[in-house]
Amino acid sequence: MLAYLAKRLLIGLATLVVASLVVFGVLEILPGDPARLMLGMNATEDAVRALQSEMGLDQPMLVRYFNWVGNMLHLDFGQSYTYSVPVIDLVAERVVVSLPLALMALTLSTAIAIPVGLFAASRRGSTSDTVAMGIAQFGVAVPNFWFALLLIYVFAVWLRLVPAGGFPGWDAGVWPALKALMLPAIALALPQAAILARVTRSGLLDVLGEDYIRTARAKGLTRSRVLWRHALRNALIPVVTILGLQFSFLLAGTIIIENVFYLPGLGRLVLQAIAQRDIIVVESVVMLLVVAVVTVNLLVDLSYAIVDPRLRVAR
Amino acid sequence: MKIWKSVAAALALALASGTAAFAARTDLVVGVVLEPPHLDPTGGAAAAIDEIVYANLFEGLTRIGSKGEVMPGLAESWTASDDGKIYTFKLRSGVKFHDGSDFNADDVKFSLNRARAEDSTNAQKQIFAAIDTVEVIDPTTVKITLSHPEGLFLYNMGIGDAVIVAPESADTNKEKPIGTGPFKFDSWAKGSSIKLVKTDGYWGDPVALDKVEFRIIPDAASAVPALLSGDVQAFPNAQVGDALPQIEADPRLKVVIGTTEGETLLSFNNKKPPFDKLEVRQAIASAIDRKAIIDGASSGRGLPIGSHMSPTSPAYIDLTETYPHDVAKAKEYLKAAGLENGFKATLKLPPPAYARDGGEIIASQLREIGIDLEIIPVEWADWLSKVFTEKDFDATIVSHTEANDIDIYGRSGYYFQYENPAFNKVIADLAVENDDAKRNALLGEAQKILATDVPAVFLFELPKTGIWDAKLEGLWENSPIQANDVTKVKWAQ
Repeated sequence: MLAYLAKRLLIGLATLVVASLVVFGVLEILPGDPARLMLGMNATEDAVRALQSEMGLDQPMLVRYFNWVGNMLHLDFGQSYTYSVPVIDLVAERVVVSLPLALMALTLSTAIAIPVGLFAASRRGSTSDTVAMGIAQFGVAVPNFWFALLLIYVFAVWLRLVPAGGFPGWDAGVWPALKALMLPAIALALPQAAILARVTRSGLLDVLGEDYIRTARAKGLTRSRVLWRHALRNALIPVVTILGLQFSFLLAGTIIIENVFYLPGLGRLVLQAIAQRDIIVVESVVMLLVVAVVTVNLLVDLSYAIVDPRLRVAR
Repeated sequence: MKIWKSVAAALALALASGTAAFAARTDLVVGVVLEPPHLDPTGGAAAAIDEIVYANLFEGLTRIGSKGEVMPGLAESWTASDDGKIYTFKLRSGVKFHDGSDFNADDVKFSLNRARAEDSTNAQKQIFAAIDTVEVIDPTTVKITLSHPEGLFLYNMGIGDAVIVAPESADTNKEKPIGTGPFKFDSWAKGSSIKLVKTDGYWGDPVALDKVEFRIIPDAASAVPALLSGDVQAFPNAQVGDALPQIEADPRLKVVIGTTEGETLLSFNNKKPPFDKLEVRQAIASAIDRKAIIDGASSGRGLPIGSHMSPTSPAYIDLTETYPHDVAKAKEYLKAAGLENGFKATLKLPPPAYARDGGEIIASQLREIGIDLEIIPVEWADWLSKVFTEKDFDATIVSHTEANDIDIYGRSGYYFQYENPAFNKVIADLAVENDDAKRNALLGEAQKILATDVPAVFLFELPKTGIWDAKLEGLWENSPIQANDVTKVKWAQ
């Protein structure tokens, strides 16, 4: 177990180092001068140069890389070029939008997918199985921004039940904030739920063919008892894997959804920062996202060990 | 009994909301495409800053009106010496900054000196270059001495970069702007919205709105539902693309097409062969059909231009027929340039639709005379560094949205790489001319030189598509400067 853990941790650390090099390198070769971008077309050269040195852009590349990594280890993410406020403040403001959104979507998709998967697997080959999986297939194929626009037109423009977009902030109250996140969460959750339902179903079907299930059935356990007590637990491994993957996928998916709903989340922060060449913000946020994904993957690996006792000794 | 109670309650409620409906609304949500990097108009040229704070939050000595005219601002009047070098401004009294401190001549002196200081990051530093001294005569009188007369001085004192700030708050204006305007800063949720509220005890006409929120909606696809759902009640500069007919058909909304100061150009690298040859530029100008470009790249809504001047300007002269659309003539010009077989070049296009769509049309029009343009789409950041700063381009399409910027063709090192001593002479004369009639004559001369010499093909004036609630009054129809002045906005009863 310890060796397994240590190996996973090392892989995670190596990922972080490589990611930091890639992120820094890619942004280095990206053309565009943030100072010029901030000051606009008619700004004087003097003004541009003054701003460049103020932003530390006149220092050599290696110095900037080690400064950046070193500062990050001290949890100092630097100052945004465009907003001239600490990056960490910007991130903190955005996380309170993106994280609840991702969690809402994840919860919603799991809450839809697991029962549907169970239902379809237990009625394998029946009409209801075919219909459920047909809908799921459709859900996988349809992009979430299309869902998003559909939801906006129905619930915001036509029925005027919820706002078409924007985020009032949590200090406006929990209900208005949740209301603003509802449509985006649904738009994010539906395609995810479709994938997850299919995985749950096929995971269950694989397990249901195993010897121990037949043994359990032979011992006289009911169908549903076998399904819940013996099959589901083992079928959860692929589900957890997909959930882990979906988390990183969700973080990326929120970029699109945050744009459609103009939510001030992390995704939009990155997109805006790229356009404005606010390199320090892009670097920091991307690294934070990498850390989040690596952590989730680590947790997923750990949960394998919990779900499947064999992993605790092997590997 | 219970039933009667609830009926009575319902009636009371209905009455209450009925009376509320008679009182005019006092809040407004305005949609803007770009979020400003900060809120100090004296510390950055981003139009997005002025679009929120200009005239609403910050004020200058003079002020630009909805037609581009110069009006009194914090200075209620002024006098100029005969030689045009000394301006004496009479300031309004009783004006206060939003933090409660008094506005007086010292603030004017501080602001102007700060803007023109050595280490100033004011993006329009050059407009203060002519200022020699700023003297405080008394708390409400300021004397500004120029080293040479400057034709646009009063106008320049009215733009966003010249607003008056207080020494105590100048350094924190980026995050927490303190001005003298009728609205004061309330809050800024980064990436989401900026809120302003009415200032009590404002020196001028009180504003009708209590609250104004500028909501940042960068995506055209999101702007349409935001307007249709009533979340956002005004989009002064809407980019809604194909959805415009749908919005026009909605009686709750009003679509107002106005003008901007955005001259949209096909500009050339005038130092790079073959664009350094006049005949080549003439050939391109003759091969281009403006109408087709306006139809395709601007939904038929831009005004054709023949030189670098907005058709709404009093100095404008129509030069669109200098090189009429004539393919045969274009081929002759090419032949005269020794390039009868045409040539290959690149066309770098920034992201706005006018550039990307316009570029396709121009490339196809030029193909008819044998010029093969390779289209290279670029991002804004890329465009600014590669095309604008490094001059690494053959041709590009961009809209120059600053007002009164015809002098850019005379700036050395400007990306056009255009050099014409005759033009520079006109600009030099213009810079020191105060008389309007003489200024217009000089501006006419400058326009003619550009139209004939084609450092760029002048395509059209960018239209301003404003969309707002049909009950809303007082928004600017045109965009003489990049501002959303909401000080006169009110809801119809």
